[in-house]
Amino acid sequence: MTNTSVLPSTNDQQHFTVVFVGHVDHGKSTLLGRIYADTNSLPVGQLEKVRAICEQQGKTFEYAFLFDAFLEEQEQGITIDTARTFFSWGNRQYIIIDAPGHKEFLKNMISGAARAEAAVLIIDAAEGVAEQSKRHGYLLSLLGIRQIAVVINKMDLVGYDHHVFDAIAAEYSSFLKELNVVPRQFIPASARNGDNVAVRSEAMPWYDGPTVLETLGMFEKLPAGESMPLRFPVQDIYKFDARRIIAGRVAAGMLKVGDSLVFSPSNKTAVVKTIEAFNVPHLPLSAGAGKSTGFTLDEQIFIERGEVASLKESLPEVTDLFRANLFWMGKNPMTPNRRYLLRLATREVEMELAEIHRIIDAGSLDPMVAKEQIDRNDVAEVTIRTKKPLALDRFCDCDITGRFVIVDGYDVWGGGIVTQVLDNEQETFRREARQRDIAWRRGEVQLGERVQRNGHNPGIILFTGESGTGKARLARHLERRLFDSGRQVYLLDGKNLLLGLGSDVTEQDKEEMVRRFGEVAQILLRAGQIVVSTTNTFAQADHRIISTLVYPHQVISVHMSFTKGEVPEKTDLHFLESDDLKKAAKQIVEKMEEMGVLL
Amino acid sequence: MKHLEELENKSIYILREAYKNFDNLCMLWSIGKDSTVMLWLVRKAFFGHCPIPLVHIDTSYKIKEMIAYRDRLAEEWGLTLVVGQNKDALEAGMNPALGRMECCTALKTEGLRRTLADKKYNGVIVGVRSDEEGTRAKERYFSPRDKNNDWDFRDQPPELWDQFKTKFEPGTHVRIHPLLDWTEINIWEYIKKESIPVIPLYFDQGTGQRYRSLGCAPCTGAIESTAGNVDEIIEELRNTKVAERSGRAQDADRGMEKLRKDGYM
Repeated sequence: MTNTSVLPSTNDQQHFTVVFVGHVDHGKSTLLGRIYADTNSLPVGQLEKVRAICEQQGKTFEYAFLFDAFLEEQEQGITIDTARTFFSWGNRQYIIIDAPGHKEFLKNMISGAARAEAAVLIIDAAEGVAEQSKRHGYLLSLLGIRQIAVVINKMDLVGYDHHVFDAIAAEYSSFLKELNVVPRQFIPASARNGDNVAVRSEAMPWYDGPTVLETLGMFEKLPAGESMPLRFPVQDIYKFDARRIIAGRVAAGMLKVGDSLVFSPSNKTAVVKTIEAFNVPHLPLSAGAGKSTGFTLDEQIFIERGEVASLKESLPEVTDLFRANLFWMGKNPMTPNRRYLLRLATREVEMELAEIHRIIDAGSLDPMVAKEQIDRNDVAEVTIRTKKPLALDRFCDCDITGRFVIVDGYDVWGGGIVTQVLDNEQETFRREARQRDIAWRRGEVQLGERVQRNGHNPGIILFTGESGTGKARLARHLERRLFDSGRQVYLLDGKNLLLGLGSDVTEQDKEEMVRRFGEVAQILLRAGQIVVSTTNTFAQADHRIISTLVYPHQVISVHMSFTKGEVPEKTDLHFLESDDLKKAAKQIVEKMEEMGVLL
Repeated sequence: MKHLEELENKSIYILREAYKNFDNLCMLWSIGKDSTVMLWLVRKAFFGHCPIPLVHIDTSYKIKEMIAYRDRLAEEWGLTLVVGQNKDALEAGMNPALGRMECCTALKTEGLRRTLADKKYNGVIVGVRSDEEGTRAKERYFSPRDKNNDWDFRDQPPELWDQFKTKFEPGTHVRIHPLLDWTEINIWEYIKKESIPVIPLYFDQGTGQRYRSLGCAPCTGAIESTAGNVDEIIEELRNTKVAERSGRAQDADRGMEKLRKDGYM
């Protein structure tokens, strides 16, 4: 059995991952074989062995055989999707990902390239820019790989003519320019003859740029992102002992003791008290990007997995509507009107396709004919709507909080990057709530203390339905029932707001009325109350505004009607006018337990 | 960030994802260096605690120092230990003389299968590394296994951007591999950096021999080596071209590929 890595990987080397992509016949294996041979990275005797086999079979020796044999030995003949091999050069260990260029290409390329720090693209000088070369370039840009070198191979077949090289380089750079990708280097090479791979080519004196190996050495290790704005996606909350630790990995920036954090999308704020660690002489005072860590806060605020902590000055976006580029690898096509799970950093929310703008032919970058669905191996520009708001960034601003995957059934079958955050009709209210929450001056008593004393969380029960369906009757009954069982509860009737707080608001300016109602409700919720709200004046859209203003408090929507039939979207419970009052109230109480309002 | 630190941070992230997403999670602890490093990473991930039960499959043929070491650490670190054993096979007289593959299949693979089924674990953390041998290079960090513990490595969904497979069909389970990117040297470098106590069988005690990989007493051979401490092992590994598992009998004749397909760890 062969040891997979020829040279051992150690801690004092830098590790650098490069993906090699190229059309299936453009000489990728030959180039890799040549690199492995010229850097002495092959097992002892491998070169001689392959030469002997070629001689025996009457074949001309090729470096491609060498690399394929090397791979095969490592892989022991097992079908592979993406092969990973290693070689050392300078004080760097290169992890080479060879993404096969044929079937299941998208999946293989994405599995391999998603973790690469740089890419080498190979183009055949005799064939020129192939459709696949463009597809590769497009996918690399989509995966956010910004360091790209292009090897124009088989220069020996075009007589080492620098006009051929120039023409291909010009054509391909103008293509990459459309994608906002500027390649690091175009290298004329002949992998077969070793020109410009490890040693400078004598056949191409007109080229004075770096060789392939030199170019690899020029790729930079990606900065860890410590100078970027802080992003800390909450992974979990631990209470193994007296410490309540917010655990996660710093996605960008630097977390420091004393930082005043804002958690999005809940807009809760608190100060970092300690950064915790195991087996260290002193607790650290900071943790930079990439660090899996955990911290305690000065206050016991309730936050959960999926929130993103940041500093006040540089908040992530919070939205439920955004534009994205996505790729789909699922066996079933991706369709509108179907629910998927979207995962972005540690947040998981339900989502649907709000719109398919175009499905792109990754070769020409031309939009294809309009399609109603996204098929396997398609790349598309879409608008995504999530059921709940989430904190995110545009991919170009922060990669970890700007990319997502899509789960269909049990598996991840798609992924994408956020290109634009879109405003929906809730945007003004969401913004208002954020600014208000972040600037809110809190009293001495924390909400957590109120929850502990009250024995329940705050929450709001919104009644909807036509006049006369018995909303008020049920609401009053519910208030009484909750109060008698020791709950802090208040019935907030919209009409009462017209008397004082809203006496200056005209009937026409209903939105302002709704806004004031929502603001009053959120104060009651901060005070730990269960709010029962009933009014005929508010429509369903108004209820969405109220939900936005009181987010992240629990909202339970109860709809009442005269007859069975359609209920508004996001209704949690539906009753008929004729339903038994006590039974209905009992069901609401059960729903409150289920949703965690009543403990 | 140095490479070991990158590895550590990623492994911790994976362990925490596993802990968050699986309601019935366990970790296999073979008492060897890899799974002991993994156990150490668990204590780092959870700030000194080990909230995940540790499953040890005892074939009854393990080297006896391994059992003593296991029980000592379990006591010192407050570990929840679940010892599994295929008692039926042992009572029926299974032993390596009846065939190495047969013995491994009965006492390890079947022993593990039974323990996982008994406890209904749906997430199993395993300390395999991709550099150990060919098949392990195909593993995902989160890798599904069907009812028969089978693994289809040909049709695996992509795993990208640290978003893992945490949903699975009823009756199946997921193997979780936090050490996939580590190499043998990295393990020793980390043992040194963190001063992790490892079983002394790995060191030459003056006989000119040591164990490089640990398993059952009858089927694990010591190697010729005078490395008597962690530094000397790291130095030795920097210069070797001999595979780590060369002392392990079941690796011959593609045995590992078959064992793994059938649910061996």
